[in-house]
Amino acid sequence: MIAKRIIPCLDIRDGRVVKGLRFQGLRELDDPVRLARFYNEAGADELVFYDITASFEERPLFTDMLRRVASEIFIPLTVGGRVNSLADFDRVLKAGADKVSVNSGALLRPQLIAEAAEKYGSQCVVLSLDAARFSRAEGAEEFHVFAKGGREDTGRDAIAWAQEGERLGAGELVINSIDTDGVRGGFDLPLLKAIAERVGIPVIASGGAGRKEDFLSLFQLPGVDAGLAASIFHLRELSIGDLKQYLQQNGVEVRL
Amino acid sequence: MIAVIDYGLGNLFSLSSSLKAVGAKAVITADPAQIRAARRLILPGVGAFGDAMARLDSSGLTGLIREQARQGKPLLGICLGMQLLFQSSREFGLHQGLGLLQGDVAPLAVAVAKAGLALKTPHMGWNSLLFQRPDCPLLHESHEGEYMYFVHSYYVRNCGESLTASADYGIMVPALVWQGHIYGCQFHPEKSGAAGLRILQAFATGEAAGQ
Repeated sequence: MIAKRIIPCLDIRDGRVVKGLRFQGLRELDDPVRLARFYNEAGADELVFYDITASFEERPLFTDMLRRVASEIFIPLTVGGRVNSLADFDRVLKAGADKVSVNSGALLRPQLIAEAAEKYGSQCVVLSLDAARFSRAEGAEEFHVFAKGGREDTGRDAIAWAQEGERLGAGELVINSIDTDGVRGGFDLPLLKAIAERVGIPVIASGGAGRKEDFLSLFQLPGVDAGLAASIFHLRELSIGDLKQYLQQNGVEVRL
Repeated sequence: MIAVIDYGLGNLFSLSSSLKAVGAKAVITADPAQIRAARRLILPGVGAFGDAMARLDSSGLTGLIREQARQGKPLLGICLGMQLLFQSSREFGLHQGLGLLQGDVAPLAVAVAKAGLALKTPHMGWNSLLFQRPDCPLLHESHEGEYMYFVHSYYVRNCGESLTASADYGIMVPALVWQGHIYGCQFHPEKSGAAGLRILQAFATGEAAGQ
């Protein structure tokens, strides 16, 4: 059967990896190509690159980086960050991306999902959404979708948006929990459960991984296909190999 | 030289880079002269069966691929390219395929639902191989249980003797087929890490027609 996927996520600015790297004495690992090679050899099932380049002029640095990674790393590569149009899809797919993740661009214009799915196939279109709890006065809890990197409440219901994304043709969902992100106390299981129960496409969980046990409780939720994390891997607090060994010993199918 | 047949479907960046990585010389082409001159052919493909066959037909490649296969040139179909090797598909209507192998293509969702399984389609992600015919030249450097990367919503049925390796997705999904000099893999060897590269290398270095 299908193995649960472990996906390191790399933030790229000006062609370099920027986020929280603590590879002592190995400064050159902020080179995305070297880090991608490292994760590939460590057993990553897929890599996600987010382009956080500040200006339009610096865009080519990102595509050059992607082209170099894609020329020598032969596992699926997903690219996100500032994808707002079919031209953006085209640009990163031509540079070697296998899947493209849309977030704010799809909130602004949901039809982008349908157009991209029609042109490149659903398998190519990943809807990434940032969700956080929104408590009503009467105490009922619901999840809202946030835009602008989690700063702006769109008022949209996260579960409804995930379903809408599937209906429009997204092939996968990345669910980032703003509430658990950076807390490292585990993935947002209630949010993930609520979404996984209501969609029929793969769900990738993001935000909150702090220890290997967090991945085990994640994969015990039916309908969650992959766990995505950044700092826990970048800071070398957990190696992908050790994590996969642990998961396998606990009955989770992984690719070893 | 390997000719990767370009009929305008799918992203050939990874395939071309991975062939380079295993030391194979390859050209991405739709030119009949280059296809005839190549020692081996790869038929890639992502998308819908009917659209793919229409593109092969309108560019005259259908007849050329059949002719080359008849002459014994090694041919590897990948993903949709593998499905095209068979007789027909029921993806958005009934379509005729290249007919080089016995079998047909059907929606995975229907088969999975019939089996009473609540599994997602497409079949997407890393799945492990079970070998039916470990003597296949493409598997010389591979081991049973190795994981490959799959992304597909349709699957090959009734492929009989050509079934060489399969993946368990509730039902048995043909993953590798082989008959004579014709091979097909449902998974993406160019996206399956080192295990996938070994399959591509085996194809690239295998015995070619007329050698």
